[in-house]
Amino acid sequence: MNLENRKRELAIEFSPLLEKTTTVSKIWIATLVLIILVGLYAFIVQFTQGQIVTGMRDNAVWGIYTVNFIFFVCLSYSGAFISGILHFIHTPWKNSVSRMVEIITVLSLIIGPIYIILCMARLDRLLYLFMYPRIQSPITWDIIAVMTDLIGCFIYLFLTFIPDFAILRDNSENAPKWRQKMYKYFAIGYQDTPKQRIKLHKITRTMSAMIIAMAIIAYSVLAWVFSLTLQPGWDSSIFGPYFIVAGLYTGIAVIIIVMYLIRKYYHLESYIRKVHFSGAGIILLVLSLLYGYFTFSEYFTRWFSHKLYDTNLLNTLFTRYFWMFVFANYIGVLVPIVILFFNKLRNIKSITFAAVIAIVGLWFNRYLIVIPTLETPYIPIQDTREEFIHYTATWVEWSLSLAGVAAFILFFILLMKLVPIIPMSGIIDHERGQAKRKKSIK
Amino acid sequence: MENKKTDKGGSNRRNFLKLGFMSSVSAVAGASLLSNFSIQDEEVVESGEKLRLLTPDGKIVEVDATNVNKYPEAHITPEESRKGIPNRKFVMVIDLAKCKNARKCVEGCQKGHNLDYNEEFMKIQLLQDNPESSPYWLPKPCFHCDEPPCVTVCPTGATFKRDDGIVLIDSERCIGCKFCVTSCPYSARIFNWGAKAKFDDKSQPYSPETSLPASKGTVMKCDFCPDLLRQGKLPYCASSCPMGVIYFGDKNEDIVTNGTETVSFSKLIRERGGYRHLEHLGTKPNVYYLPAVNRQFPLDRGFDVAPDIIDRYKDVPYVQDLKNLGKI
Repeated sequence: MNLENRKRELAIEFSPLLEKTTTVSKIWIATLVLIILVGLYAFIVQFTQGQIVTGMRDNAVWGIYTVNFIFFVCLSYSGAFISGILHFIHTPWKNSVSRMVEIITVLSLIIGPIYIILCMARLDRLLYLFMYPRIQSPITWDIIAVMTDLIGCFIYLFLTFIPDFAILRDNSENAPKWRQKMYKYFAIGYQDTPKQRIKLHKITRTMSAMIIAMAIIAYSVLAWVFSLTLQPGWDSSIFGPYFIVAGLYTGIAVIIIVMYLIRKYYHLESYIRKVHFSGAGIILLVLSLLYGYFTFSEYFTRWFSHKLYDTNLLNTLFTRYFWMFVFANYIGVLVPIVILFFNKLRNIKSITFAAVIAIVGLWFNRYLIVIPTLETPYIPIQDTREEFIHYTATWVEWSLSLAGVAAFILFFILLMKLVPIIPMSGIIDHERGQAKRKKSIK
Repeated sequence: MENKKTDKGGSNRRNFLKLGFMSSVSAVAGASLLSNFSIQDEEVVESGEKLRLLTPDGKIVEVDATNVNKYPEAHITPEESRKGIPNRKFVMVIDLAKCKNARKCVEGCQKGHNLDYNEEFMKIQLLQDNPESSPYWLPKPCFHCDEPPCVTVCPTGATFKRDDGIVLIDSERCIGCKFCVTSCPYSARIFNWGAKAKFDDKSQPYSPETSLPASKGTVMKCDFCPDLLRQGKLPYCASSCPMGVIYFGDKNEDIVTNGTETVSFSKLIRERGGYRHLEHLGTKPNVYYLPAVNRQFPLDRGFDVAPDIIDRYKDVPYVQDLKNLGKI
């Protein structure tokens, strides 16, 4: 087998993905940029006028920014977790999804913290977090954890990109100058010699183990931001593991949706096959059972022991938030379980549908953790101003939330223009492994 | 009654307390205060009432009372305000039996801290612990806990606990993350969501002890008025309550006063069944309540307020009953 020829073949095969921009994707990019611009305008409005333009007030001092923060950061932790685990499994199909997972991880870890920054009313004093840090505050732990995780994930993502950059560097004579230069720069002199290959494998392996650990720590710390307070809905010892399971649940669901969209719009049916969907579907099934179990335990113990303040919270959840509660904690768990449990119901479209339901349900589950708790404090709210009693997100918050989702998709599309979404080096590694095996059998 | 007995020693004790507060003023203000005395002494007609003050080097000096109030209050910088007043442990006792929701404490506090109509450091709640028990008015300041959750979670140290027991906010350090608001189980904190004209008032330099001027995007709460304490005065709420509901004092000296009577703190708590609100949370508040027994006013006197204030209590079962009966 001629390795160099195969590399060239792959580079040519994937070059349309990198170089051609279809009209459909141009429209997509324009729309996404527009949504982001609206978000930027909302940000300017909030920055100049203060958080008075949001729906947050003295009781519900945190709103959907916090929900988005937990949501995106949990997506990234689960991405790190999954890609770390994928690195240790030797299956042919993992190659097609591993880069998607890595990109999801890094993008959501960049977008997530933006929301916690939006939640701070004095952005001009952001540096105080480093100038006057106090180590006993869970927010300080969170900052340390998120930053460590971000750096770790970047290193990991870069490590997995190096061999592909090297292939692209050697096989893109027709590409524009800046691209050639960039590939040369990022390939950091990698020549795919056996010695280099072994070294890179070793480092990547170590990093993938580390990001699993970092993901668990960082997400537990995020859960503790809530569970270390005295608030009735938050003060729970299962929040750490509950958040981790919930995170994996969203992570898998987002991977399924991304696989579906990429398969559909980039015609990669030969790489992203049904086996990927049913594999991810089974994992999603297991996680939805686990997640449902945690959710049930959390609310069941509160309901059964009926402490006064827990009862007040449950009353809020079952009156004002009844439909949201039903959607988040019944439909969002049971529908994926039913779809994924029966072999007959499992096909690419239905699995993707289950994933969409799971994600939307989980977002609302996070909403129900953050906001009703703040609306049901120990000392009852005695106020006449509606906005101080109940939280309703304003256009500023919604447009910034949508801008985050848009930025996620946009960056994803742009990153896919940089390197092929299917790692070429992975394909080569796999083929090399197969060739070896054949030889040893002979 | 009990009150009358304790009243006897009242004036002596009050002077003592006053002296104690005074000594701390001079300790902080230092030599500049004393040098100011000598300049102004020439033009002032003496009242004859003498006050004893402690100088920084430990000498006791006697000065005329009229001089003391004339001196500009020493400006306490954010850095100095972290230390607290030496040898003090401030404590508040609120006698629920005397409260009739006159809201004078709220108004006095709002005036003193330049707060808007709906901004309240002191909130008055109407609580009813269970359907059988009688509802009661609960004036609720910040509890200045000894285990303050707000201080623990603050990532920059903008909220801090002082040696004298006061939990204070340095709004120049606050980044507006609001974690303290979510962690306070007593909803004691309020937030400046938008800009207001009063924030630009630069007539006095900012001090955490006065909480003035407030600034956009930072948190505020009841501060126990340390600026007044340094002058030997009671906090705004305690001095403006016409019923003498709010006692304030020093746990180290075991003295609390509401301005008209001065009593032993420990005795008051022991004999009147004093308790702390939501004790089971373990925050160890420094605000104590005396239960609403043998009330001086019927509860309904508290409904003699503006309609929008009454409207706040619409969810309390007792108020709903009154409404059904057409009494409100």
